[in-house]
Amino acid sequence: MIPLSHYLIVSAVLFATGTAGVFMRRNLITILLSIEVMLNAVNLTFVAFGRHMGTVDGQIIVTFVMTVAAAEAAVGLALVVALFRHRESLNPDGFSSLKW
Amino acid sequence: MGETLLFYVFSGLAILTSAMVIGQRNPMYSVLLLVASFAMISGLYVQLDAPFIAVTQIVVYAGALMVLFLFVVMLLNDPREDAADWEKTHPLRGSGLARFGALLSLVLVVQLAYALLRTPTVSGDVKGTATAEAVSSVRTIGQVMFTDYMFAFEATSLLILVALVGGVYLAQREERE
Repeated sequence: MIPLSHYLIVSAVLFATGTAGVFMRRNLITILLSIEVMLNAVNLTFVAFGRHMGTVDGQIIVTFVMTVAAAEAAVGLALVVALFRHRESLNPDGFSSLKW
Repeated sequence: MGETLLFYVFSGLAILTSAMVIGQRNPMYSVLLLVASFAMISGLYVQLDAPFIAVTQIVVYAGALMVLFLFVVMLLNDPREDAADWEKTHPLRGSGLARFGALLSLVLVVQLAYALLRTPTVSGDVKGTATAEAVSSVRTIGQVMFTDYMFAFEATSLLILVALVGGVYLAQREERE
């Protein structure tokens, strides 16, 4: 028997890992991958709570999250390709034209 | 007993591979490690009596989304990070402030784990009182999704259409003079 809190702790650690990746990495693709890690951590929370409460709503939300993640990845990667074509670089520190 | 052991193996490997994802200089390795991480999380879904989500995780996430990432990594010429940036962002070799931030986030995770372990409402068995059949049936998932979540489902189709158009528009070659 595994307590619900253990799943939540795994999810929290995964989410913190993803957040650390977004802040530490200087590569747009790795930052997008870190966002995927964070989304997966949230998915795990949804499924664990859904199982705990005995409903399928958690699993349905997870399918929606997966769809949103796919849409986000498609638009994000298109932006990365367009940015790389303009700047020949993936370092987000270099994209500061709009910075005040 | 075996179930508990499997949980710790899957979650440990998921955390390890996710940590390695953000520790790679070459995004190609990051993508492949993330596929391994998704496989481990899929194992956790099987343990949670969610086989549909586990299969979707493998087919959609690892199969489609990560292939999309791989294509973009291979499409771009030299996507790896500069050595200077790599040295700058390393958590153990960075400045004192960066190390302090890493320490704070570690403290946050420990505090969160401590709070979760002490909360009585989440300390019970994850299986609760519900039977496995009540939550793992694909028929039930479909019925609830196409009745209670009908609007969200239709809105999702619109979202995919918008993402499709946006992706095509953003990535097209500029030929306006």
